[in-house]
Amino acid sequence: MAVRIGVFALQGDVHEHLHAFRTALTKRESPGEVVPVRNKRDLAPCDAFVIPGGESTTISRLIQKNDLFQEIREYDGAIFATCAGMVLLGNDTSDARIQPLGIMDMGVERNAFGRQKESFESDIEVKGLNSPFHAVFIRAPVVTRVGQEIEVLARIPEGIVGVRKELHIAFSFHPELTGDLRLHELFLESLELR
Amino acid sequence: MDLKDLRFGTELLKRGFASMQKGGVIMDVTTAEQAKIAESAGAVAVMALERVPADIRKAGGVARMADPQRIVEIMGMVSIPVMAKVRIGHFVEAQTLQVLGVDMIDESEVLTPADEQYHIDKKKFTIPFVCGARDLGEALRRIEEGAAMIRTKGEAGTGNVVEAVRHMRAIMGAIRALRGMDRQELSDYARDIEAPAPLVFECAERGRLPVVNFSAGGIATPADAAMMMQLGADGVFVGSGIFKSSQPERMAKAIVGAVHHFHEPEVIAEVSKGLGEAMPGLDIHTLREDEVLQYRGR
Repeated sequence: MAVRIGVFALQGDVHEHLHAFRTALTKRESPGEVVPVRNKRDLAPCDAFVIPGGESTTISRLIQKNDLFQEIREYDGAIFATCAGMVLLGNDTSDARIQPLGIMDMGVERNAFGRQKESFESDIEVKGLNSPFHAVFIRAPVVTRVGQEIEVLARIPEGIVGVRKELHIAFSFHPELTGDLRLHELFLESLELR
Repeated sequence: MDLKDLRFGTELLKRGFASMQKGGVIMDVTTAEQAKIAESAGAVAVMALERVPADIRKAGGVARMADPQRIVEIMGMVSIPVMAKVRIGHFVEAQTLQVLGVDMIDESEVLTPADEQYHIDKKKFTIPFVCGARDLGEALRRIEEGAAMIRTKGEAGTGNVVEAVRHMRAIMGAIRALRGMDRQELSDYARDIEAPAPLVFECAERGRLPVVNFSAGGIATPADAAMMMQLGADGVFVGSGIFKSSQPERMAKAIVGAVHHFHEPEVIAEVSKGLGEAMPGLDIHTLREDEVLQYRGR
């Protein structure tokens, strides 16, 4: 089945996500395509939607301004989110500057580790992978509370950093920056099985 | 589970931070109040300053790093990243900002240079740096020193986009020209522009700079910002253009809108309506040579 993956393309590391998914599709010899999404029209034909890393306040505002808030909430495809994207997928950020989409029942704390000088790289265990994943945390969020339907995929001493709900997955770190595409492949696999 | 091999301040973290800013507007602010306005308008980061460049020009004298007190106030007010400027070569101002915990340091020609020979050895810091450049050679020398992000210099505090355009075209054009060269020609070209050959090879292969490249120095309207994006900028810095305009809040929102929809003239038209006066502009040709900031550092 040819999947169509849309990357929200108004702010953040959009190019890195487009590139990562294109490479992952090629590696799997899947005939899908990866396209930028800027509005409702672009989103509708996509089987999956990617919310990239970037500034969550800015991306939240862009979702509102471009009339995508309701559209994404009602979207029936799979969602892949990193960093800022994870913040937006939850239903509680305790921050009035963000209007979370409420797609996953979880609380997410923004900049949970602190400022850029606290950004770090480390090898972590991720459920579904048979060896550690090199994770890059940049002013990263942490999940502080999860509802019953949320499956935890990765946890470090500071909290939960990877989650899944049905076809949706979200990470605090940036798998799109390292060239290790196992998490992208994991996502594609479940999408193709659908 | 304990974290093994925890690493801070790596090149990947620095460049990754810069990547998260792409498609965004970084605004100069001088007070916590202005920072708040910038954040609500959709800025991806703010640059904390003592004075905006237009006022630095007027004030004359030696321009230095901002008062740490002011920077801390701004950091306390917003949740987006806070950047601040140091003088070219002033590594102790940079050490100071690193201790304060700013998210990125701008080694900037807008302040009075502290060293006319050397830039800061940026690889010694855990905080990422952004540096100005007028052409490909200058950009690659800064990246070699450890800059995680480049901004074309333009001419700060003039409200005149002409130099920003010149510098962006110079860099993008040079990279396009690399594509037709073989290995020998690339090595020769690297010597010509006084840039490290491996970085020239990398640009040729990727068809872009190895780090994020923003535009700066003279952007005063939404149309200016969108033009810089169409010329290939990954995002823009707006200095005096916002808080020297007659309606800063509206100007800030309009420029953010123009950057996100830079290829949609209908949106530029809409956001540009009734913005009031843009900042007063300066004709570059009226500046004395010692008033031209872009010549500082090379």
